[in-house]
Amino acid sequence: MSDPGPLKRTPLHALHKELGARLVPFAGYEMPVQYPTGILAEHGQTRTAAGLFDVSHMGQVRLTAKPGRNAARALETLVPGDIVGLQPGQQRYTQFTNEQGGILDDLMVTSTGDHLLLVVNAACKDDDLAHIRKHLSADCEIEPMFSRGLMALQGPQASRALARLVPSVATQKFMTGAFVTIDGAQCYVTRSGYTGGDGYEISTPADKAEAIARLLLAQPEVKPIGLGARDSLRLEAGLCLYGHDIDTTTTPIEAGLLWSIGKDRRAGGERAGGFPGASVIQKQIAEGAPRKRVGLLPEGKAIAREGSEIAVGGKVIGKVTSGGFAPTLGRAIAMGYVEKSPFGDKGPANGTKVELDVRGRPVVAEIVPMPFVKHAYYRG
Amino acid sequence: MAVKYSKDHEWISVAGDIGTVGISPYAQEQLGDVVFVEVPQAGRKIAKGESVAVVESVKAASDIYSPASGEVIESNAALADSPGDVNADPMGKGWFFKVRLGNPSELDELMDQAAYDAFVKSLS
Repeated sequence: MSDPGPLKRTPLHALHKELGARLVPFAGYEMPVQYPTGILAEHGQTRTAAGLFDVSHMGQVRLTAKPGRNAARALETLVPGDIVGLQPGQQRYTQFTNEQGGILDDLMVTSTGDHLLLVVNAACKDDDLAHIRKHLSADCEIEPMFSRGLMALQGPQASRALARLVPSVATQKFMTGAFVTIDGAQCYVTRSGYTGGDGYEISTPADKAEAIARLLLAQPEVKPIGLGARDSLRLEAGLCLYGHDIDTTTTPIEAGLLWSIGKDRRAGGERAGGFPGASVIQKQIAEGAPRKRVGLLPEGKAIAREGSEIAVGGKVIGKVTSGGFAPTLGRAIAMGYVEKSPFGDKGPANGTKVELDVRGRPVVAEIVPMPFVKHAYYRG
Repeated sequence: MAVKYSKDHEWISVAGDIGTVGISPYAQEQLGDVVFVEVPQAGRKIAKGESVAVVESVKAASDIYSPASGEVIESNAALADSPGDVNADPMGKGWFFKVRLGNPSELDELMDQAAYDAFVKSLS
């Protein structure tokens, strides 16, 4: 990234200021990290009621097949996910991979039947768009919709709040999308999110984003939530943050994302391989990867942050990629990568003790399964 | 008791040769919700400017530098169970430790309330 230039603003910028948000630079945008109540209260609000997040900085891209072409088949040349198998209204999580099997970005793909709607990370969106244009222009019309609004409404009461405005969303299932009308505007709602809880992501026209956000915030269950709590919520849910837990040096297999690679794309499948780095990834599926992403529970109260080394028997075997305080659990949690070889072919079993270097001091941590806080998705 | 402030936003309140140290309201607001505080043990000899405590907020860990040298005589054990005191009452219940001053003249280099208020204003 060269000169970042002035910070960009989302359609909700004025609303954030009015709500007293602390605004910080994030991925080229001026974004709310927290509102006056603070991260702990916002985290609790989202786990117990409902929180509204502005995620308009993320990149929304629409792909439409050119005449006689197939957009899903084209997109499968860039990602290991099963996109051809997406039924209209279905959503899937996948990754753009590079020739080494590393991850260029992770994304959500939803089929509307006529189009594929992509949501990519804010920091990657320009590179992603260039990547898509380079490889998919022959097959697809590619429309960046970077000025649209995108809000996440998350939490156990998100459904009650949104269904008051749009009754149909109450029975909409996890990882599905639908066009709905909110406040007279056509929006696209998916039942998905980044907190591990129930909730929705709502794509709105730019000029209606603020009115819709105000309407949602007027619901008694809903309060505004900043990026600080978004991070602590996703960490509790064991979800990867691009640029930290996954990047161009980690493969989907090392990251524990095999579940996102459909059977049809794996060796022996109908449409096996055919994405960048497929040979590396298929080999890791068959033989295992040299390292794996694990959950870590440090003993005591010290918090192991990103970059803390992970050691066993005095030998460094990896490092923490995300670590912080889990408000729901009232304790420190972390995730990171460890080499599998010191523990045999399968790597460390849950319960294995390792040592974290927390600002120069050793802290014992236990390897645990993720998520740290149980997912609560609505599957009907 | 005169309260003085460092440029790193620690305060020290002095009574006799004992100084009580904490972080300023501005500092706690910048840090956000405090979830863990590591304070120095009684008996530890500390130097002015030395990193003597760590404040963990949800977002990040921050070092706390001693505004004076001397020997720690007491630390605030209550912060272990209620780190939020640092946010709720930074100048009171949220104190970090007490130090027997080794060189009281060091305090002359710190800011008084008016100077600190002006300093904070200059940051915004």
